[in-house]
Amino acid sequence: MKYVVTAVLAGFLAFAGGPSQADSILSMNPQDTFETEEQLRRYERLTHEFRCVVCQNQSVAESNVDLAKDLRRITRDMILAGNTDAEIKQFMTDRYGDFVLYEPPLKPETFLLWGAPVILLLIGAGVMVSVVGRRSGESGDEAGGMGENT
Amino acid sequence: MKSLKYLLPALAFLVLAGFFYRGLFLNPRTVPSPLIGKPAPVFELEELSNPTEIFATSDMLGKPALLNVWATWCVGCRQEHSFLMQLARSGEIQMYGMNLRDERPKALDWLNRLGNPYAKVAFDPDGMGSLDWGVYGSPETFLIDPQGIIVYKHLGPLGPQAWMEEFRPRIAAMQGGMQ
Repeated sequence: MKYVVTAVLAGFLAFAGGPSQADSILSMNPQDTFETEEQLRRYERLTHEFRCVVCQNQSVAESNVDLAKDLRRITRDMILAGNTDAEIKQFMTDRYGDFVLYEPPLKPETFLLWGAPVILLLIGAGVMVSVVGRRSGESGDEAGGMGENT
Repeated sequence: MKSLKYLLPALAFLVLAGFFYRGLFLNPRTVPSPLIGKPAPVFELEELSNPTEIFATSDMLGKPALLNVWATWCVGCRQEHSFLMQLARSGEIQMYGMNLRDERPKALDWLNRLGNPYAKVAFDPDGMGSLDWGVYGSPETFLIDPQGIIVYKHLGPLGPQAWMEEFRPRIAAMQGGMQ
């Protein structure tokens, strides 16, 4: 049954796709088409990694602002022109700074940012060790000779 | 040791509160520009009132200059316009404009009605010139030194306070450096 449904759906898709679109890969943004799946995946990933500087809680992929549209088109054009991901990110940060990246790079100004989880974890672990240590010390005193408590 | 147990959470709270207090006075819309201290990006665009003339970044060099990015659809630009006119009349600095994602007749009409504070205006209908300048919200005003280095960028409508506090000292420093 499942296979029948799949086959029917596939048939529909084939018709809906039509021969004209078969040779280009379409993205969520209708104006942006690609030659290969790989290019589309890179495009989707990159535009989700860029923050739209106008509407800061949306990525470039999600925003409808003119600037985001332009940045999507530039991302697409650079992918089609054979630029690497690093080059495209460089293009963005040259203009808008690290702010445009949802994941800022590791450098002296961002050590605290990236290190904070580790630091907080260490503090938490320290507190836990001292609390547990004290408790087991206390119970050890009360339990007297029970070896397995230590 | 006992007192530390009570002091630590209080201390942690104070540090956190300090960060939040600072955050109250930061503007999250202000994105620090990576272009400060760097050479002004090159553009070559049609002049707004004279399409046959090319206005390029290099035309702004030699003197301290302002590049004001504006558009007729931009409310903040309307708001700052009378101050820009005042500034232009004072002759304190050479002012250039970049007209962003706009239509030429509308932009010309705006300048005819409200006055033209700009020595030249770059016409940038598709926003590609301003993109190189990292413009993300108009109005934006760049201060450029005589060598073409971007010294400062002001976001939002320009007014007397920002002019006196942020621009004048920097312009004075440029002129001091030139002597």
